[in-house]
Amino acid sequence: MIEAVGLTKRYGDKTAVYNLSFQVRPGAVTGFLGPNGSGKSTTMRMILGLDNPTSGQVTIGGHPYRRLPNAPRQVGALLDAKAVHGGRSARNHLLSLAQLSGIPARRVDEVLGVVGLQDVAKKRSKGFSLGMGQRLGIAAALLGDPQVLLFDEPVNGLDPEGILWVRNLMKALAAEGRTVFVSSHLMSEMALTADHLIVIGRGQLLADMSVRDFISANSADFARVRTPDTEPQLREKLGAALTEAGGHVLPEQDGALRVTGLPLPRISDLAHEAGVRLWELSPHQASLEEAYMRMTQGAVDYRSTTDQKAGLQQPLPPGAEPPMPVPGQGQPGWYAPPSPQQGGQPFVMPAGGPGAPAGPYGGAPAGAYGAPGAPAGHGAAVANPYAQPAPQAVQAPAPATPAPAAPAAPPAPAAPAADTTQPEDAR
Amino acid sequence: MTSVRTGRPRQTSPTAGVAQVLRSEWTKIRSVSSTGWTLSVAVVVTIGIGMLISALTRNEYDTMPVRERLTLDPTFVSFAGMTLGQLAMIVFGVLVVTNEYSTGMIRVSLAAVPRRGAFLFGKIAVAGALALVVGMITSFATFFLGQAMLGPYRAGLGDPGVLRAVVGGGLYLTLIAVFSMGVAAMLRSPLLSLGILMPFFFLISNILAAVDSTKKAGRFLPDQAGSRIMQAVPRADEAPYGPWGGLGIMALWVIAALAGGYALLRRRDAQ
Repeated sequence: MIEAVGLTKRYGDKTAVYNLSFQVRPGAVTGFLGPNGSGKSTTMRMILGLDNPTSGQVTIGGHPYRRLPNAPRQVGALLDAKAVHGGRSARNHLLSLAQLSGIPARRVDEVLGVVGLQDVAKKRSKGFSLGMGQRLGIAAALLGDPQVLLFDEPVNGLDPEGILWVRNLMKALAAEGRTVFVSSHLMSEMALTADHLIVIGRGQLLADMSVRDFISANSADFARVRTPDTEPQLREKLGAALTEAGGHVLPEQDGALRVTGLPLPRISDLAHEAGVRLWELSPHQASLEEAYMRMTQGAVDYRSTTDQKAGLQQPLPPGAEPPMPVPGQGQPGWYAPPSPQQGGQPFVMPAGGPGAPAGPYGGAPAGAYGAPGAPAGHGAAVANPYAQPAPQAVQAPAPATPAPAAPAAPPAPAAPAADTTQPEDAR
Repeated sequence: MTSVRTGRPRQTSPTAGVAQVLRSEWTKIRSVSSTGWTLSVAVVVTIGIGMLISALTRNEYDTMPVRERLTLDPTFVSFAGMTLGQLAMIVFGVLVVTNEYSTGMIRVSLAAVPRRGAFLFGKIAVAGALALVVGMITSFATFFLGQAMLGPYRAGLGDPGVLRAVVGGGLYLTLIAVFSMGVAAMLRSPLLSLGILMPFFFLISNILAAVDSTKKAGRFLPDQAGSRIMQAVPRADEAPYGPWGGLGIMALWVIAALAGGYALLRRRDAQ
């Protein structure tokens, strides 16, 4: 069990962690969430006695780490995957750590097998990818077969297979009765892995609850109701009827209504009674990611601003042509490809303009998820065989021209997918 | 703490802990290529320059002034490469300590050895022992090869003061390396440590010892005091200490550097 009481850490006049108190219990995976720079790693380092708290204390099994008897056999940690001498082989790195705690060399080969690095054990870790580095770090944490495990962002740089492996590993370790403390800035990952959540922002505790409580507290079901755009008075009418029936109605930006507190059939009945036609009545669930972002909103230290690019773009020298975009590589898919005959004309205006049936996001995601030319009926997609961008093109900002009527970048990859896959006129 | 735990963790005795740290540090030091490079450069440079200067001295012996011929110290002549060779020893000492910091490995190491004194002195003991072995080999090799170059003017190991000078040469190189480790433990950055130590030992210390006004203080600098033990023939400019006294002064510098490194490591956050 890890127990922090009033933990505070200041670097000069910057407070990294302030008055943090929590307990990490054995037999469960405890997720440690927070935005970048919120103090997660600092807290981890204080747990391991690497940084001295300015005030407060943190103990493992009742002892401060630096006074813990035989600490490396009790506590294993992955702090920084790159904290390895690049010239040393993976095996020698682990061997030096094993020898420190009197662990036999046989165990080194065992953990190398567990993390799947046995084939590169003799290679210098300089050439390791971030994912391989993470695996090496996890191997180091597992060396002493410890009862308490700390992992700082263990899935960074891992491939999907590796992420699944780490997830199952954490669960298995916790199921064996160990204390597992995992930091992450990905709510979605923690929702799948952790049993308990500790959320911090700006070094202060925001939430300390089980994942189940977090989900039920934060992911309320709601229905989205859309009335005909052409008759705004119908919307008012329906809104009034729903509120009267005990529902909670919240207008959304695009004219739809977000309704909570009423089941879908009841909404339909009420609309029917009020004589209001519906264009949409759909069930939705607020994502955990949204809930997490709401919670940490005020505590984000590093927020991006819009890139103005003012004056940065260099004028092309006279006579030079802008680089020819490669079909399907990064450029927005809704541009018609340069026709070979025209040669010097790389950009053609979007076919039909922004308001046309196959608008920007009409064709793009279809190309991302479907086979080339799959969705019949998308005029541009059929007419233009190069219009299917690679999946990353959907998220990549348009390099030259901002997409007309493009929605704001999705906060969570999963959430707005339902909207963007539909052509605008189908909503 | 947990129901799964079978018993209390095995309480290791302090001596067992030290042996583990030593074994681990030996694995660390032998598994990086910088160890081999820096130490072999130290050996090659010291022996190479020692042989060269010895050969030149032999050729020029007849043209030397009588006074110089009479005070010729063949042992010290063959150690002429120490000035440069010690720089490689400094690099060795600095890298052994600072690569923990530059790679971030220090956090892994200190998480594994919460007793920071055991970590630092274990590392320095292993690196120092290696430096002692290499230093002794270098010192004896450079003596014998240098004397071979000197031909008729050579000194023998049995001559007065010679064995002490040769053993002292090995100790000198060791102490230089350990001093660098202490300084590096205080400074943590390889660039900063090398940027201070290299010019200090190559230039500043020699300048201070050569200029009259600073000569008295310059004699007490670690390399000036320590190098006295490598002279088999006593010099006219009597320093206020003998060969072993000089080495003692150097050892005090080393102890001070190590104490500073330990005090800072114990107090500071590990990063």
